[in-house]
Amino acid sequence: MSTLVEKHQRREAERRANVKTPAQIERGEAWRRRAPLLPALIFTIIVTQVPFLVTIWYSLRSWNLLRPGADRFVGLSNYADLFADSTFRQAAVNSVVFTLGCVLAAMILGIGLALLLDRKFVGQGLARTLLITPFLIMPVAGAMIWSVSMLNPTYGMVNWLIGLVGINPVDWTSTYPVLSILIALVWQWTPFMMLLVLAGLQAQPKDVLEAAQMDGAGWGKTFVSITLPQLRRYIELGVLLGAIYVVNTFDQIYLMTAGGPGTASANLPFYIYQRAFLGFDIGQAAAMGVVVVIATIIVATFALRVIFRSFEQKD
Amino acid sequence: MTTTSPDIRSSAGPAAVRAPRPDRGAGLGGGLLTVLTWVVAIAFFFPVAWMALTAFKQESEAASNPPTWFFTPTLDQFRAVIDGGAGVFFANSLIATGVSTLLVIALAVPASYALAIRPVKKTSDVLFFFMSTKMLPVVAVIVPIYVIAGRLHVLDTIWTLVVLYTAMNLPIAVWMMRSFFQEIPGEVLEAASMDGAGLMRTLRAVLIPMVAPGLAATALICVIFAWNEFFFALNLTAARAATVPIFITSTMTSEGLFLARLSAASLLASLPVLIAGWVAQKQLVRGLSMGAIK
Repeated sequence: MSTLVEKHQRREAERRANVKTPAQIERGEAWRRRAPLLPALIFTIIVTQVPFLVTIWYSLRSWNLLRPGADRFVGLSNYADLFADSTFRQAAVNSVVFTLGCVLAAMILGIGLALLLDRKFVGQGLARTLLITPFLIMPVAGAMIWSVSMLNPTYGMVNWLIGLVGINPVDWTSTYPVLSILIALVWQWTPFMMLLVLAGLQAQPKDVLEAAQMDGAGWGKTFVSITLPQLRRYIELGVLLGAIYVVNTFDQIYLMTAGGPGTASANLPFYIYQRAFLGFDIGQAAAMGVVVVIATIIVATFALRVIFRSFEQKD
Repeated sequence: MTTTSPDIRSSAGPAAVRAPRPDRGAGLGGGLLTVLTWVVAIAFFFPVAWMALTAFKQESEAASNPPTWFFTPTLDQFRAVIDGGAGVFFANSLIATGVSTLLVIALAVPASYALAIRPVKKTSDVLFFFMSTKMLPVVAVIVPIYVIAGRLHVLDTIWTLVVLYTAMNLPIAVWMMRSFFQEIPGEVLEAASMDGAGLMRTLRAVLIPMVAPGLAATALICVIFAWNEFFFALNLTAARAATVPIFITSTMTSEGLFLARLSAASLLASLPVLIAGWVAQKQLVRGLSMGAIK
């Protein structure tokens, strides 16, 4: 089979038979091929990069909407304030806790559930349908379910359940705000990880598994030395995509604890939102945004490298 | 048709299917695993089931301790939600989700086609760029977007959301569609160009039908993320252009907490994506693995 690439190279050769100079043709050809890409590229650059450049500009200004006429250039002082701000540090720590905690817990649970589902049993399809449901529920609705129906101190189901075994009711979202949010996040993201790992399990060549069995490898040994390495790419993809979305978590925090009590459960997105839309401190919020982006780029470059490497290995 | 089929598996029951794989699923251990699977599945589903039950209760039954298990179902809460003006929010969500998904597809298909046929070094740079925009935390750009939208007088309009949702989903869509295009054998394109079909015709008549399942997977993912989006809607819309997630939070804060009504609103809001996801599970899995993995 000839690939798309070869086909295009052939077409390019045909064009070269024309009268134009090779350089002209090459340029024309390059633009002709690039043209379909441009609308998406230009759109993305305008909508994502322009606001970010403006964010950098704002971050160098002292601009609080509550103090009219105070918009002036202050250099890096917003950044200096930021690093002296203990709430910012706590929000950064919370961001890491939410992201790492949720992605790791959801992935481990997801692998377990995928293994359970990757067997023939009565009602397999229905069980999978029930398990993917949390991922499909609107996060705002999911946050409401958890903060009100499940974790409410007086009529929440969790307190009723632990009451059955004699444990006193707990005011979950105010006593353990970070844990409460983590529970809701893990509940929402486990199905995502499970579906990815399940796709990986089902792509496994069955003959390899059977051969391992013939050789007398037990279930545990087969899992560690054959299944896990084959799942690696799926696990990496799940961790990367999960992290991208979970690090931006806002809905659950806004609705379950509003970052509280105090600022105990605020992550960086929520804290920036607070500074910008409740404190109207545009300069400070922008500086925080820039710092978050730089940190994200450092982490993401590393993560994307890993993913790219595993994609290239496949080809 | 022969009655003495040599294929044991087609004539025997599920027990015989399990037989060649004694390590998983057979015997007592398998039975316990099945029970465990069902317990976990029901535990994960329970909060949603409880929300659905609560939506059919009266408020007094909804917020009771111990919980009310048996009750006379009522549609009062759904009526209250619809009379409370849910229609406008649903219409806004429908437009923002639908139009942005169409725009994403219109932009992503040609772009991913171009990227699929140019496996040069620049391709991975462009892909890297698209993906890196997903790494840009939305909070880092919300302030200027708010200020710019204010100056352009497009705050509280659906079209602002449409543009932002398109930008939000475009990178994922380009990545997914590219891998679907890469699976198409070159001969297909060759045949099309032999018949004298131009790029647009080739796309429409040959390529699009071939990537249709991938297109469906991509669209489904875009619909889920756009329908569920809360942050942009919260900050950039008010009375006119607010979407369904905003409606849910407004039912909570306006006159105190009405648990049953809140559950009804949450159920209605989640239902479109829930049904789409349940029906199109296969597409969903392909979409999530971004088609990059086979």
